[in-house]
Amino acid sequence: MNPDLLVSALARATRLGATAADGYLVEDSHGSASVRLGEVETVTHARQQRLSLRVFVGRASAAASTSDLSRESLERVVEEATSLARATAEDPHAGLPDPATLIGEVPDLGLEDTTGETAPETRIEAARACEAAALAADPRITNSEGAECSDRRARYAYATSHGSLRGYATTAFGLNVTPVAAEHGEMQRDYWYSSARVRAALEDPAAVGRTAAARALRRLGARKVKTTEVPVIFDPETAASLVRAIAGAASGPSLYRRASFLLDRLGAKIAAPAVTIVDDGTIPGALGSRPFDGEGLPTRRTPLVQDGVLVSYLLDTYSARKLGLASTHHAARDGAGVTVGTTNLMLLPGAASPDELIRSTRRGLYVTELIGFGVNGVTGDYSRGASGLWIEAGELAYPVEEVTVAGNLLEMFAAIDGVGNDLALRDRTASPTLRIGRMVVAGN
Amino acid sequence: MRDLARARPESFFADRFNVTSSLLDRVLGTNLLGKVDDADIYLEYCINEELQLEESTVKKASRHVSQGAGVRAQAGARTGYAHTDDISISNLDEAARQARAIADRAATSGTIAVPSRGRPHDLYALAEPPIAADLARKLDLLRQLDGAARAADPRVRQVIVSLTSEEVVMLIATASGFTVGDVRPLTRLNVTVIAEDNGRREIGSHGGGGRVAFDWFLEGARWRRYAAEAARQATLKLSAVDAPAGATTVVLAPGWPGILLHEAVGHGLEGDFNRKGTSAFSGRLGQKVASELVSVVDDGTIPNRRGSLNVDDEGTPTGRTVLIEKGVLVGYMQDRLNARLMGMRPTGNGRRESYAHPAMPRMTNTFMLAGEDDPEDILRSVKRGLYAVTFGGGQVDITNGKFVFSANEAWLIEDGRVTVPVKGASLIGAGPEALTRVTRVGRDLALDEGVGTCGKDGQSVPVGVGLPTIRIDDMTVGGTAPLP
Repeated sequence: MNPDLLVSALARATRLGATAADGYLVEDSHGSASVRLGEVETVTHARQQRLSLRVFVGRASAAASTSDLSRESLERVVEEATSLARATAEDPHAGLPDPATLIGEVPDLGLEDTTGETAPETRIEAARACEAAALAADPRITNSEGAECSDRRARYAYATSHGSLRGYATTAFGLNVTPVAAEHGEMQRDYWYSSARVRAALEDPAAVGRTAAARALRRLGARKVKTTEVPVIFDPETAASLVRAIAGAASGPSLYRRASFLLDRLGAKIAAPAVTIVDDGTIPGALGSRPFDGEGLPTRRTPLVQDGVLVSYLLDTYSARKLGLASTHHAARDGAGVTVGTTNLMLLPGAASPDELIRSTRRGLYVTELIGFGVNGVTGDYSRGASGLWIEAGELAYPVEEVTVAGNLLEMFAAIDGVGNDLALRDRTASPTLRIGRMVVAGN
Repeated sequence: MRDLARARPESFFADRFNVTSSLLDRVLGTNLLGKVDDADIYLEYCINEELQLEESTVKKASRHVSQGAGVRAQAGARTGYAHTDDISISNLDEAARQARAIADRAATSGTIAVPSRGRPHDLYALAEPPIAADLARKLDLLRQLDGAARAADPRVRQVIVSLTSEEVVMLIATASGFTVGDVRPLTRLNVTVIAEDNGRREIGSHGGGGRVAFDWFLEGARWRRYAAEAARQATLKLSAVDAPAGATTVVLAPGWPGILLHEAVGHGLEGDFNRKGTSAFSGRLGQKVASELVSVVDDGTIPNRRGSLNVDDEGTPTGRTVLIEKGVLVGYMQDRLNARLMGMRPTGNGRRESYAHPAMPRMTNTFMLAGEDDPEDILRSVKRGLYAVTFGGGQVDITNGKFVFSANEAWLIEDGRVTVPVKGASLIGAGPEALTRVTRVGRDLALDEGVGTCGKDGQSVPVGVGLPTIRIDDMTVGGTAPLP
């Protein structure tokens, strides 16, 4: 990686009349292997790089990026960004963060595996072992969408026209499998996965395969239920999607556009007292960790909801200025410039075990998968397709499919009457098992 | 950008990267000959521009350039894929060597597959591609749209308008000595409105586009309708009541609600899932999977449509593939790999998000053919039910066939009349069953306005959908209120 390309692009922007600029240079290499029914199916290998710039001319700004790092192309990108900035309107809130707030020394968060490149054979073996364990778990596992093992190695450099230049490197490893269970003409698939910053932290491939098989098997014999209003328990994977919806509504761009059900709710009670949500970008070795955000500001631990009270929004520099607040260091770079993104987002665990939550539910739905996009971030109205298991007399009785669960996110979070003790940071967003006192389940 | 827009793909890559067809042949020949069944090199250069207006001013403008090459070798069901964003002969050589090493592990002797070489179409030749249109004219349109949306209703509080323009130049060379290229323009204009009244807020959104020139938005003041429609939706929802929960009769409006087909049957009829036997439609060719009123096609050859292509991303000319004919399942959508393994013909449905992704079977424009019913009669035939007009996204579990799609605008039907608007709700059904309960099909087939993007295995591609007014008996609506 050559950060000089970035520094010289910023310098060129300044020469062309930009009053300030910042940019990222990302270089990554990626490899994957997928195996289906024991045979290698697809093996990929790739290297990519991209330079992205944000240019300010006074209070007007524009963004540009390119994967072509030839001198000619870089010069053209800088020219285009600078002339585009002249075409956009002045915005009093636009601008780089105060240079004094930029990160100083970059901490080592243990985000890089230093044990060397992964051989293609290693990926193939892991995928094969994972799928083989799933296929061997039960004679009813009859087919497979395959298993995949992949890894990525990336280097990031961030620089500003004020002379700041910082960087870090990360690795990520992933393994997943999707077995298919069949019985009496019915087919059900499910999946399981493991992901980690370092290879040694990936879970045992066979264990991942067995979990996936168990998840597919427990869906066999699924039926619809009659439309009813019952307690609904979300397993950790589906509960995490509810936490993401809260973060989306608490993010700066949703708020200054008045497109959020959390508008004007800072300091207000928005959830049951058992709910505490934090975003923490500083956890060593975690998938969502990074030393600084998309504007060079050091990441931190930000309580978002404390004992049911909304205590912070998620802001980048621009949305913070728009709202008269300070950045919470949640800037993320996307194609079109800077937006807001979370790091490691977690709903903190409670005291009850998932079993206790199920046992204390006379009749209800235990949700293990959600599909569809029925979440309205403006109103909080919620309606998604669900599958899972029916709870009868405190026991998981039979699988359920082709139903919906519906409500409003504010009412749902207020009605949380059980928070599990099973938080595991398996992905960038995590939640323990959650029980919501009452929701409408629509079926027959 | 005019040079790019007018370029012939072969000369474009030759001029720009010194990569000529004969050199590609050499790379494929030297590196990929041997025990592979199919191989190709895909070159791509893409320019993308995004403009966004909010709070009545243009705040975001960005321009992105992506380029790269993907080299693929296939043996049996194995695919080796390597890609690089540095297009040079030495990098292509290296990628080809890797792809071959990846694919060529077993001793299957194979012959190189010859793709069907029909003539590429010419579906979107534009005098001025959207990426090349004058920036000032584009910004002016965004401001006019903002004004129109704000003028539409005093309750409109926020307006966000975005315009994206893109041009992709691609060239594919296959090991059978076949080279074909395409220059693909694409544009999309979208307006989102937040309306407020008495502390209640709602969102409405509308837009359109396709492989069309910028001026297309000005024809018949199309853009003005987008603004009016977004404002209408947002303000309408301010008075919406809770949607019902449970199974009821559903009438779908024409056009974008065709997303039902995309989810309920489209994905389940893609060749890869059927070759693997993991689709709810696997092994059901020739069987009845829908009411006899239902015929569904996938057609990548409609001029200027968002989902159309002159050739797919494997070089196969797109076609019109009948999927369901009068209720009977008659066809799958295929790329080269799955067609070869299933002993079928490629249908021009091999698509990829970019050079960084291997091709797989994907939809183009998927729609139901028109029936004979008067749309008004269809509504009048329903005693109690839901009339769903516009939708957000949808999703399907291909293996068990369960699908959902989310209504953004829906109304109650009471005694054959459309009465009260209801809040958004998901509709859920089972793919192989839902279309068997289609009891009326209107004569008013409409394609969507050109906004669809389909995601599969982490790859997004532009698609189209279409539908006439249809009635489906007994579908589950995921609201919270008792059924009417």
